[in-house]
Amino acid sequence: MEDVIELRGVTKCYGSLKAVDKLDLNIRKGEIYGLLGPNGAGKSTTILMMLGLTEPTEGLIRVCNIDSTLNPIEVKRRVGYLPDNVGFYDNQSGLDNLVFIARLNSVRETEARRRALELLSRVGLSGVANKKVGAYSRGMRQRLGLADVLIKKPAVIILDEPTLGIDPSGVKAFLDLIVQLSREEGLTVLLSSHHLHQVQQVCDRVGIFVSGKLIANGTISELSEQLFSNEAFTVEAAITPADAGIIQKLSSTLEDMQGVSHVKYEQGRLLISCAIEKTAAIARAIVDANLDLTYLSPREYGLDEIYQRYFEGEHKHV
Amino acid sequence: MKFISVILKENTSMFKLPDSVFVSMDKDRTSSSHPFWILVAKEIADHIKSWRFIILLFLILLTCVSSLYTSLSSISKAAVKPGNPDDAFLFLRLFTHSDGSLPPFHVFVGFLGPLLGISLGFDAINSEQNGGTLSRVMAQPIHRDYLINAKFMGALIVISVLFLALGMMVTGFGIIIVGIPPTLEELLRIMSFLFFSIVYVAFWLNLSIFFSLRFKQAATSALTAIAVWLFFTVFYQIIINVVAKALLPTASADAYQVLTYQKIISNLLRIVPSQLYSDATTTLLMPSVRSLGPLTMEQVYGAIPAPLPFKESLMIVWPQLTGLTAATILCFAVSYYCFMRTEIRSR
Repeated sequence: MEDVIELRGVTKCYGSLKAVDKLDLNIRKGEIYGLLGPNGAGKSTTILMMLGLTEPTEGLIRVCNIDSTLNPIEVKRRVGYLPDNVGFYDNQSGLDNLVFIARLNSVRETEARRRALELLSRVGLSGVANKKVGAYSRGMRQRLGLADVLIKKPAVIILDEPTLGIDPSGVKAFLDLIVQLSREEGLTVLLSSHHLHQVQQVCDRVGIFVSGKLIANGTISELSEQLFSNEAFTVEAAITPADAGIIQKLSSTLEDMQGVSHVKYEQGRLLISCAIEKTAAIARAIVDANLDLTYLSPREYGLDEIYQRYFEGEHKHV
Repeated sequence: MKFISVILKENTSMFKLPDSVFVSMDKDRTSSSHPFWILVAKEIADHIKSWRFIILLFLILLTCVSSLYTSLSSISKAAVKPGNPDDAFLFLRLFTHSDGSLPPFHVFVGFLGPLLGISLGFDAINSEQNGGTLSRVMAQPIHRDYLINAKFMGALIVISVLFLALGMMVTGFGIIIVGIPPTLEELLRIMSFLFFSIVYVAFWLNLSIFFSLRFKQAATSALTAIAVWLFFTVFYQIIINVVAKALLPTASADAYQVLTYQKIISNLLRIVPSQLYSDATTTLLMPSVRSLGPLTMEQVYGAIPAPLPFKESLMIVWPQLTGLTAATILCFAVSYYCFMRTEIRSR
């Protein structure tokens, strides 16, 4: 499929600090891509470079086959950007704010007004279209932001931390709206966040970004395969507290079993990582060791574990 | 309108921007749909609707009316003393005459103008930055300098319209009450006085736009701009007085030394924009002013006490005009440069 966003060896330095370090990234047409990473990982800087608001120190950025550094105006014509913590002119109504942005995109007044009203009803704000934005709640502002991004009819939308500060039900509605819009209009969406669950819900592919480097890139199942290839399953077992010796013995028994790669004990719970499904055998081993098994559950890898694993790796490097 | 765009062009073309920016701006000037003019229109609307501007407008109108009243009420007594060259220009005296209870119009403008300029510009950039709207506007397909140009342009249009309206109002009342229409020369003088006022306010506007770029807090930038204004209007004169006393030539000094001393002091005073402004407006509104520096007896001897023609008055204040314009452009250039270099981040 065609690449809509293409980054080649992009580096951005602030003095001696490397905010983004030799980044390569491809985002395909029509997909929802999640850019994940802790605060200060360089997500926002990368986004700013894509829009041509900041120049990269090195490297090539192409959005919709246009060089963002050389021709930012054309890029900005096609890309809708919702900044993190977006601001509106509080003394104007939501409608006026949208019309203003549409007019900056060279849309005629009547057409701008028509589009703005249509989008406002789409994001569920038609009731407050003529209210001043100063009176909007956080969730309403965020939805207005989405309308604001869509009013120029973009091919790509970039959302920087779009769900920050909205309540859980609001987040769900907001993300559903994004998915719906993306599927209906064939929009490419780039979403940056540090909320893993939200990203997991909506993104086709994710990239994990740590201190300026993209350390993982792919679908969530691809990522968990890459990371946990020799420990595809983890079984969590809760046992009644017992003598350290017995636990020690049980651990070594379990580790000797075929397919088990790693056993960890902490506060009455055993975490057994294995390459193949071993739940039944593990249960038997625990019962044989004369311990009371209170709970046994196979665990699947979600983004949380993937994220956690990468950070463990990161900290080891440091 | 024309001179405004000239100023804008001079300012921006100092940096080698692609010509297409200006070409497209010129081409689309008439059509309102060009993004630059959308920004300008928004700026003007914001200014006109803001309480800050309404309060200042009220203040300026009040002073304008009161100075007009004092000059009109006493002009009949003061008028037409034979031999006074200013009396040939009765109409101009509306702007300069005062019975002492209130300063005349041009002094008021010199005093309130900076305040107007500062109030229109001190939160130009930082309010957008703090409100998070800067990155939103910058994400639209517009050149980055459109924003700062529009900030300047919008405020300048507001100022120009305000001053032209005030000047015309004073003229109109003058015609009704005095009953004498202004001559062409008087009209030219009034127009150039208004033009000077606009350039002078534009200087303070640019200075405060610069501060709005430098300081994140609008209050800091407003205070700094007011501090600069106070320094120039109050403290600078005191400092010059101290310097003047230190440099004062002895009683035995010859005429040449005294002349040099006078020149140094007046040049030091002319660093201040308000001095340039008051020099220029006094010369323009009082045709009898023949020189802004000291004149020797030889120069004055034999001179006919007649008013200077408009062209000559303009020649006298040409350096002042150049200096004031240069200061205005310099301030704008520095803020333009800073703005183009800053990184647009969200809040």
